[in-house]
Amino acid sequence: MEAVLSILVGGLYGAGVYMMMRRSIVKLIIGLALLGHGSNLLILLMGMLTRGRPAVIPPDQTQLVSAFADPVPQALILTAIVIGFGVLAFTVVLIRGTYKTLNTDDLDQLHMTDSIHPKNGE
Amino acid sequence: MKIELFSPILIPFLTAIFLLFAWGRIRLQRVVSVTGAAALLVSSLVLLLTVHGDGIQAGQVGNWPAPFGITVVADIFSAMMVNLTGVIGLSVVFYSLSNIDREREHYGYHPLMHVLMMGVNGAFLTGDIFNMYVWFEVMLIASFVLMELGNEKAQLEGAIKYVTLNLMSSAFFLTAVGILYGVVGTLNLADLAVRFRSEVDCPMVRTVAVLFFLAFGIKAAVFPLFFWLPASYHTPPAPVSAIFAGLLTKVGVYALIRVFTLLFIQDPVLTHVLILAAAGFTMATGVLGAVSQNEFRRILSFHIVSQIGYMIMGLGLATPLGMAGSVFYIFHHVIVKTNLFLVSGAASKLGKSYDLKKLGGLYGRYPWLAALFLIPALSLAGVPPLSGFWAKLLLIKAGLEAGRYTIVGVALVVGLMTLYSMTKIWNEAFWKPGKDVASPPGPSISRAALALTVLPMAGLALTTLAIGIDAEILLNLAAGAADQLMDSSLYVQAVLGGGQ
Repeated sequence: MEAVLSILVGGLYGAGVYMMMRRSIVKLIIGLALLGHGSNLLILLMGMLTRGRPAVIPPDQTQLVSAFADPVPQALILTAIVIGFGVLAFTVVLIRGTYKTLNTDDLDQLHMTDSIHPKNGE
Repeated sequence: MKIELFSPILIPFLTAIFLLFAWGRIRLQRVVSVTGAAALLVSSLVLLLTVHGDGIQAGQVGNWPAPFGITVVADIFSAMMVNLTGVIGLSVVFYSLSNIDREREHYGYHPLMHVLMMGVNGAFLTGDIFNMYVWFEVMLIASFVLMELGNEKAQLEGAIKYVTLNLMSSAFFLTAVGILYGVVGTLNLADLAVRFRSEVDCPMVRTVAVLFFLAFGIKAAVFPLFFWLPASYHTPPAPVSAIFAGLLTKVGVYALIRVFTLLFIQDPVLTHVLILAAAGFTMATGVLGAVSQNEFRRILSFHIVSQIGYMIMGLGLATPLGMAGSVFYIFHHVIVKTNLFLVSGAASKLGKSYDLKKLGGLYGRYPWLAALFLIPALSLAGVPPLSGFWAKLLLIKAGLEAGRYTIVGVALVVGLMTLYSMTKIWNEAFWKPGKDVASPPGPSISRAALALTVLPMAGLALTTLAIGIDAEILLNLAAGAADQLMDSSLYVQAVLGGGQ
């Protein structure tokens, strides 16, 4: 299971970086999302995978004795997913606004703010 | 529950909620916004006094004991940073009253400002690396919206660059946190410090250190990760870029200093040489970039990059004096840089452009503005007796004592070039005769609006002067902060108690 997940995480990072290096803004956002998913899975993987052992204390005991699934990575991932979702929603609105205002989805066209002589866009 | 510890986070939080309820009622929002910012400044001063008097303060949210609960910690360094948020927040909110348009105020400018301050303070005060990630995101989301609010062409372009690189840095941060948890099994900073010192010595730790350096380096705009900054900071309205310039990159620097003094100290040859090299290149590229620019705020943006180099130079030296130099430098820089951005906003309002070619004659028409520019500009370049001189002096002394002559040389040359590019702004915008003297832009700005613009700038300029003339107060604070940073056992003891 670890091996599969490792390959998946690597694949997601690779695909994310590849998409970010394309010229289209939409692909850039997809790349960012993939990168986020990759890091979420990485946290799960690093927290040691345990199957079928919830971190719940049985009613007749006072503490956990056997090996159990660490709940912390899951809590971290949950937080990270929520944040990632919010940010993704924002970026989608941002690229829509950018496309409507600048009429391009080509990142190479976005060089106005980097030129030495300001063109007075404002 | 220590109220003085939590209030710098709670006050902007409550203010933001209240402002959301007052949506659309601009007059009320303005009053609340200024009140909230003033309360934040007061509470941050109280925190600083408490920490200075009683040592490091730590508190647990929900009273769960330290490695498990959510820890909030304030040592002198973080209290000073929170204090800066208070000073800058109040100045910028005040300045916004006359310099932000109605449209933006209608669409939530004020609540966003306070959410931003909450995120920044949270990042300064948290004692848990994952919580730091969460606070970073709070701050980032607020800053994304502020950056883009108004939908001007340049703003959207800048926002794309800003958002992309900052999200990448967040992904690095999260990856580093994940690996760190896998290796060590805890995320509490104090607990991590204990484990790192006693047991962990695996190659993974170096990977994590470099990942953190990348993540925070992007946020702090360190060479070669700074390209998003000069591409975006000059696009939003002046008050927004002023608070960004003052606070946001410094959160990255804060995180770097925190992580590389508390956690990654096992391999100083690798990490600190890396940091020192990055510092040198950051200073040099930043100032060279600034020299080639012709737009007021783009010059200042490149100078932020250059100055970040000085701040992490002290960290790279890893001596108490160097660390004190870094802390002093951050404090001085935040005040000065915010002030310069505020001045640039006023200059463009009065001169109708940010382009140095189009500006001119401001000295003749507004000598007071020229004076307000000159104080922070000379301080930035390190001219005595202003605050920048002492900051540079400390770092250079620390560099000489540590025997790092190359970085000292770079720092001195960069200081000279900073003076050159400040002179350029002075010549072009203030000294050179203006083109259209025939149409004085007087009637568009009322006397009251002008007073609201000048007051925060004058306040910050006076602070710069005060630091310069009586540097000892800040020097002692910075030395205290450096002692706490260099001796991580104090931090650990405050959080985990004496048992460890």
